[in-house]
Amino acid sequence: MGAVATASPDVDSGLETTLDPDQVTVLATPWVTIVWNDPVNLMSYVSYVFQEHFGYSRKKAEKLMMEVHEEGRSVVSTGTREQMERDVQAMHEYGLWATLQKSE
Amino acid sequence: MSGFQRHRRSGRSIATFTGFEADLLRSLASQLVELLRNEAAVPDDARDPFEALMDFSGPTSEPEDPVLARLFPSAYRDDDEAASEFRRFTEGSLRDGKAQAACLVIDTLEEAGLPPQLEEDGLMIDVELEPDVARTWMRSFTDVRLALATRLGVEDGDEEYWFALPDDDPRAQAHDIYDWVGYLQETLVESLSR
Repeated sequence: MGAVATASPDVDSGLETTLDPDQVTVLATPWVTIVWNDPVNLMSYVSYVFQEHFGYSRKKAEKLMMEVHEEGRSVVSTGTREQMERDVQAMHEYGLWATLQKSE
Repeated sequence: MSGFQRHRRSGRSIATFTGFEADLLRSLASQLVELLRNEAAVPDDARDPFEALMDFSGPTSEPEDPVLARLFPSAYRDDDEAASEFRRFTEGSLRDGKAQAACLVIDTLEEAGLPPQLEEDGLMIDVELEPDVARTWMRSFTDVRLALATRLGVEDGDEEYWFALPDDDPRAQAHDIYDWVGYLQETLVESLSR
């Protein structure tokens, strides 16, 4: 701390303060964590991990797990890029194959 | 071979292993630790040695070993730069976490009476895992299974292939161990689920 004011508040900084609608859209675009199917992880384990890490109900966790199993992938969480990076790291801790990307 | 059960009163996950089984689990966990700690976590490059020593950050490229590549997959599919950054900040701690988990498996087995060198016949090892420890074992079993499966080339729906191999084929024996750890994991997950 200990910041020193260097400009009086009423000096015009010259910064463009009008929000560009395109930028607003970029900021609002959520990121997603995707878990991919692999031939190793047990269905019961994957479902357990979804309950344990995300706090999902057994029903929701099993639905996501079945999506991974049958469709090869499932979006398991949505949020900011930082949140998704944390989720992906946690999935890798559990040995699940996970990636993140911007929501399509 | 009976796998894990939930002890109703204490909530612990309990299992009994023969000395041979416990020794095998220890050996698998030790190999995992070796692998995680052996391949340098920082890529071997041709920089000035002092500069390399002073670089404490993590690796930025995918590990060459296929097992390590599976344990630490790329977090971004279509963005190499972001994938490198993510790896740089996460792979070191992921490696440590997985190595520590495997060490906990080894320590638990030894505390339960597994001697450094298994010589005695008929030795039985009882393990009783608190839920936290059981979850760590569960993660470590996943790593062991991923490692074995990657080395063996396990694929979806290939059970017939492994079943048809002659008993004396070393791959058949390794696959039996892979299946066994899978069975232990299944019962461990069950013992933790309510």
